[in-house]
Amino acid sequence: MRAPYAKFAGYLAILLVGLAAPLLFSAYQSQMAELWLFIVFALTWDLVGGQMGYNSFGNVVFLGIGMYACAAVQVGLFYEVSTYNNARGGGATVFTFDLGQYLEGLAIGLPVGAVLAAIAAAILGGLVLGMRGHYFAICTLGLGIAAGQIANGWEWIGAGSGMVPPTPPAALGDLSRFYYFLAMALAIATFLVLRWLYTTRFRLAINAIRDNEDKAESMGLKTTRIKVMAWVIAAFFLGIAGGLLGNLKRFIDPIDTAFAGATFGVWMVLMAILGGKGTLWGPVIGAAVFQVVKETTWTYLLGWQRVALGLLIVVIVVFFPQGIMGYFRERFPARFGHRVEEAARPDRAEETTG
Amino acid sequence: MLHHSKLAMTALAAVSLPVTVAYAQSGDTITLGAAVSLTGKYTTNGEHTQRGYDLAVDKINGAGGVTVGDKAYTLEIKYYDDESTPARGAELAERLIQQDGIEFMLGPYSSGMTKAIAPVTEEHKVPMVEANGASRSLFTNGWEYIFATLSTSEQYLRGAITLVAEHAEELGKEPGEIKVAMAFENDPFSQDVRAGVLDDMKEYGMEAVIDDQLPRELNDMTATLTKVKALEPDLLIVSGHSKGAATAIRQISEMQVNVSVLAMTHCDSADIIGKFDEAAEYTLCATQWAPTLSYSDDLFGSAAEFAALFEETYGYAPPYQAAESAAAVQVYADALERAGELDSQKVRDALSSTDMMTFYGPIDFDETGKNVAKPMALYQVLDGEYKVVSPSDFAETDAVVPRPAM
Amino acid sequence: MLDNIQILVQAPVITLDLVLNGLLIGAIFALAAYGMALVWGVMNIINITQGEFVILGGYVAVVMGMYGLPPLLGVPVAAILLFVLGWALYHTVIFRIVDRDLFTSVLATFGISIVLQQLMNTVFGGDVQIADAGLGTVLLMDGLVALAEIKLLAFALAAVLGATLVVFLKRSRLGQAIRATAQNARAARVLGIDTDRVYAATYGLNAAICGACGALVAMAYTIHPYLGLPYTIRSFMIVVVAGLGNLAGVIIAGLGLGAAENVAGFVLGTQFQLAFVFLLLVVVLVWRNWRLARRREYLK
Repeated sequence: MRAPYAKFAGYLAILLVGLAAPLLFSAYQSQMAELWLFIVFALTWDLVGGQMGYNSFGNVVFLGIGMYACAAVQVGLFYEVSTYNNARGGGATVFTFDLGQYLEGLAIGLPVGAVLAAIAAAILGGLVLGMRGHYFAICTLGLGIAAGQIANGWEWIGAGSGMVPPTPPAALGDLSRFYYFLAMALAIATFLVLRWLYTTRFRLAINAIRDNEDKAESMGLKTTRIKVMAWVIAAFFLGIAGGLLGNLKRFIDPIDTAFAGATFGVWMVLMAILGGKGTLWGPVIGAAVFQVVKETTWTYLLGWQRVALGLLIVVIVVFFPQGIMGYFRERFPARFGHRVEEAARPDRAEETTG
Repeated sequence: MLHHSKLAMTALAAVSLPVTVAYAQSGDTITLGAAVSLTGKYTTNGEHTQRGYDLAVDKINGAGGVTVGDKAYTLEIKYYDDESTPARGAELAERLIQQDGIEFMLGPYSSGMTKAIAPVTEEHKVPMVEANGASRSLFTNGWEYIFATLSTSEQYLRGAITLVAEHAEELGKEPGEIKVAMAFENDPFSQDVRAGVLDDMKEYGMEAVIDDQLPRELNDMTATLTKVKALEPDLLIVSGHSKGAATAIRQISEMQVNVSVLAMTHCDSADIIGKFDEAAEYTLCATQWAPTLSYSDDLFGSAAEFAALFEETYGYAPPYQAAESAAAVQVYADALERAGELDSQKVRDALSSTDMMTFYGPIDFDETGKNVAKPMALYQVLDGEYKVVSPSDFAETDAVVPRPAM
Repeated sequence: MLDNIQILVQAPVITLDLVLNGLLIGAIFALAAYGMALVWGVMNIINITQGEFVILGGYVAVVMGMYGLPPLLGVPVAAILLFVLGWALYHTVIFRIVDRDLFTSVLATFGISIVLQQLMNTVFGGDVQIADAGLGTVLLMDGLVALAEIKLLAFALAAVLGATLVVFLKRSRLGQAIRATAQNARAARVLGIDTDRVYAATYGLNAAICGACGALVAMAYTIHPYLGLPYTIRSFMIVVVAGLGNLAGVIIAGLGLGAAENVAGFVLGTQFQLAFVFLLLVVVLVWRNWRLARRREYLK
């Protein structure tokens, strides 16, 4: 009976640390806010890539849709979006948002972004989830880049000039802290939803698809519908994450922030692999380790940090493909609910006989 | 539901109280912070920026540093590499301010990066003197802590449009009949230059026959240039940082595109003369500054002396990106001395009342923070050299319009 | 957009200019894509470093130009140097990912490509570079169709290189070993082929092809440490459209892509040129998959 209590205490500890962190280390709160969002990235990627075996390079599409949709709603409720984005003229207009407007925009913008991202996933999923293996990966890669290029040419959302989400009113207080808590709430919500989802038959279904899709289909699973549903769930949370990220970064560049396939797009995959694909905690741990390593190298290896990042990627995927959770699962299988024949374990064999 | 989520967010806003920042200016050093592009697509100009900053810091320290109150301080810059991506720039600005306790920021390279960083400095009320963010939209948000030494984007090619309008007769046309082809890279800087060009064209009633936006991963301009050949505009304008300038010159000469006037940005940072010789001839180039201009100050001496010092130190002639960056540091030194204490608010106020002459030109910020005292200049490549042809007070020679068929 | 189409209709010679120039760059894409198809087919690796190999080859030509050597000599020199690099990369990293899934190879080679970009940036600086072969331009149809001689030369060289490769794979001992390994690595091993050596040679060969391509790119276009991506993604696109082990397909797709891209850039505006390429990729894949789906098969 001790296990549930320990688990509960663990969750509580994480929650308390999460709540206290921005107050204790206020200087780092925007990086920590980013970390919560990275956890969402990794968790949602793993739902489709790890649990279902569909390796996507195009999840940034949903991130970018959420980001732009949220910002556009935030602006659009009070001003004409295209005038706002193309206000490069004489400086006559200054766009300001008071606290009420800012919060209302956010309260509507985030769900709109999430829903639009989910709809996009439903439509695109129907088209591309029929492909398998690397063709799926390539196709999603193409989708990601194409989306970025389209946003880069679309005047209404600022095209190549990018878009600045509404300037927060001074009454909002510390912007990074505000978004820290929102990001934390989102990460926890995503985690809990996936945790629940993984206790249902849905997990069995997506795992079956990963392990052998043909057999799963012949057993009567409606694979296409399940696959699309998984992608839609991932897109929904990524859409919210996008809305938050855009506001946290305060400037949306179509290719470098919103549809950033070469950074966020690859990182979400890496974090999931680093932590351990196909596990619940793996992506969370992977995101945390990745963010800490990334931030440290950025500080101490000026000018060489990309070499470090590149090498890190190679090392992770070449030498550590099972990830941190995978490593521990191999090392301590009993902790993961796998029964192990005691005699089969040479390191324990002596203890039991002696 | 909506109401509730709004309430929740209000509650959240309430707990997000402002934080205080640690003091980094210890001992006898004042540390300025900057995130510049040392890697990524803006590396070339990021380096020019960094070298401009460094040269000014060395020179100022060599001359006894900055006297604030009655104490002499040496200057120092803490750099991060923003990898030419705006998201990273904003993050690093935050890090400089919050973790490194930087209270005085220098700008990054390019408008996009400055756009990303300015909201951060604004939020933390840290003044930023920037030298490479020309976009007009930087100065329409009511931001109070940003100061720019350079002329804003809409002025970049105004000289070229005016010049063409003035020479309309040589082209055998009225100014209103002139046809313009525009090829602008799809990034914040070039797009804002484009907005300015469109305004200026409207003034003369010129018509845009081509308005192409070049992709950022630009490697081939064939499609646009073919259109230019087909529509035969009088003026072709290209703006796409160094890469755009180099690609355009190469392909214009290869494809034998004959336009009467070719105007572009970033000629000198792309070194089009060194790379292309004759193919670059007669190109009009927007420039913030030129070594031949007659500005001077006490620190660097004349513009030409700055150029000589820069070339001696780094082995190449300074593009204007380096000059405007050096001037930014000078502005800071001046404001710090006038403020008389190391308080970021005081320094900000001192900055806003800056009115000084530098080797780079006069600097006087208006209430939005942009430098309104210094005009843009226009070069033309003549006999393998950049010659200033506009504005008329500084012109070394007359512009050759239209360019002779090559 | 309609205006642009009108121009094309009124002056078909412009279409010709667009298409010809597109075909010329398409040849370079096709060559790089052929290298990618080789590595993909033989080793089952999607090589994301393709573009960086191209740019590195370009720097070889640029550096040779700096020292007063003819940049054209850069084509063979770049091929040799890049072969060595490819061979070395195989023996440090690539051999570990040969048997792994494609996804691993994509990520690992992506990592290598970041490292290469960064090293190029450190060594050669971030400037835009060109190599000047000192050639002129061929004008046709009253100057309305202008073809740079270097592009024509690049096209010819690409054709020669492609042909040589085909002959090499068909006739030489190593070529036969490579094809055998591609067909069935296990059987090849059983028959005494040192597949490890074959893989190393294949990967090196691909790097060499890209290097030669790059030298041509430096002479005909511009290079920059971070400009590899366009070549990677287009190679990718071409291989995906053409399918593996289909040389004719690769050539047609490469040339076709070059031409289609130019026409699309003209008609839609260059800002949508890349979007067009990638949407085309998606559409081609979806369409191919849809056709297979009718036979209850799928792309994998």
